[in-house]
Amino acid sequence: MTPPQRRRRQPLPQPPPPPPPLLNDPKEGAEGEGKNPERLYIITGADGERAPVDLVTLVVARAEPPSSATPEQTAVLRMCAAPLSVAEISAYLGLPFSVVTVLLTEMLAAELVQARAPIVRQQLPDRSLLEAVMHGLQRL
Amino acid sequence: MDFNGSDTIPGPRAEDHLPHTTTAAAKIVIVGGFGVGKTTMVGSVSEIRPLTTEETMTQAGIGVDDNYGSETKTATTVAMDFGRIRITEQVVLYLFGTPGQERFWFLWNGLFEGALGAVVLVDTRRIEVSFEVMGRLEEGGVPFVVAVNTFPDGPRYPIDDLRAALDLPPEIPIVECDVRRRASSRDVLMTLMRFLHSLALTRSLT
Repeated sequence: MTPPQRRRRQPLPQPPPPPPPLLNDPKEGAEGEGKNPERLYIITGADGERAPVDLVTLVVARAEPPSSATPEQTAVLRMCAAPLSVAEISAYLGLPFSVVTVLLTEMLAAELVQARAPIVRQQLPDRSLLEAVMHGLQRL
Repeated sequence: MDFNGSDTIPGPRAEDHLPHTTTAAAKIVIVGGFGVGKTTMVGSVSEIRPLTTEETMTQAGIGVDDNYGSETKTATTVAMDFGRIRITEQVVLYLFGTPGQERFWFLWNGLFEGALGAVVLVDTRRIEVSFEVMGRLEEGGVPFVVAVNTFPDGPRYPIDDLRAALDLPPEIPIVECDVRRRASSRDVLMTLMRFLHSLALTRSLT
């Protein structure tokens, strides 16, 4: 019996095009951003409305929930007393990832939370990191 | 509001808190067709009860999901299961199992970007469902290994035959596994890490 046959592909010279816009447009999803436009510039620079958070960016609370905090902000601050990934925040809040990134963009701008950038794949992977992961897996 | 505040605050259980020394996270993506065992694999190695994150996506009004010929874009919520393994006091590893509908995998902004690598789970009864995603990983330069989840009623091909059928170069590992077993799933991840390590060595020498 012969399995079906595939043909290998080559890496594309250009990165893939950005995905189509999400339904929840960040401009509409983030209430009140229009009143305070300089915040956006601080966090994302000139080219985007949202902070560049990844699914595995770790978020840590920097402050107690202020009296002005929304219920979502309060929930994030409580659960991020210890570091927590954006994916986990999304799961515990039951909110889509893109909605959580909007929420976190505001909270980063207000210095309510701190973000710890993820380890990303590089042209030259970090061998010591890979070795650490292997040791960690062996303990499982 | 009549619910009890402290009991309804969402968040991780106390024993699932990461230490404050945790400075960075890395991710691995597990891809494969519907029913091949992605969620089972995430669950078998995760140290936390697997969680689900979701994303809302738009799609052009074509094909089966159309509402009576609606011309506007329709929204679809796509869910993805993930788990977590603490590696050191500083580093934590997340495992994401892609959603069943293949056409969404590469629309999920940031799912593959930055991932250390991917595991392609293959079901020998339907190996062709993995062809498209392997091609996309190759095009995107995402390193991957192939794990054949062994189903009792699935055909067993010699690894060399599978390698030829999948048109994979000799350096890409192909391993058999039983994703229900933690040790077996862990070995698949180890295979991926060893492969990434060998790539790092090769690149540092060239």
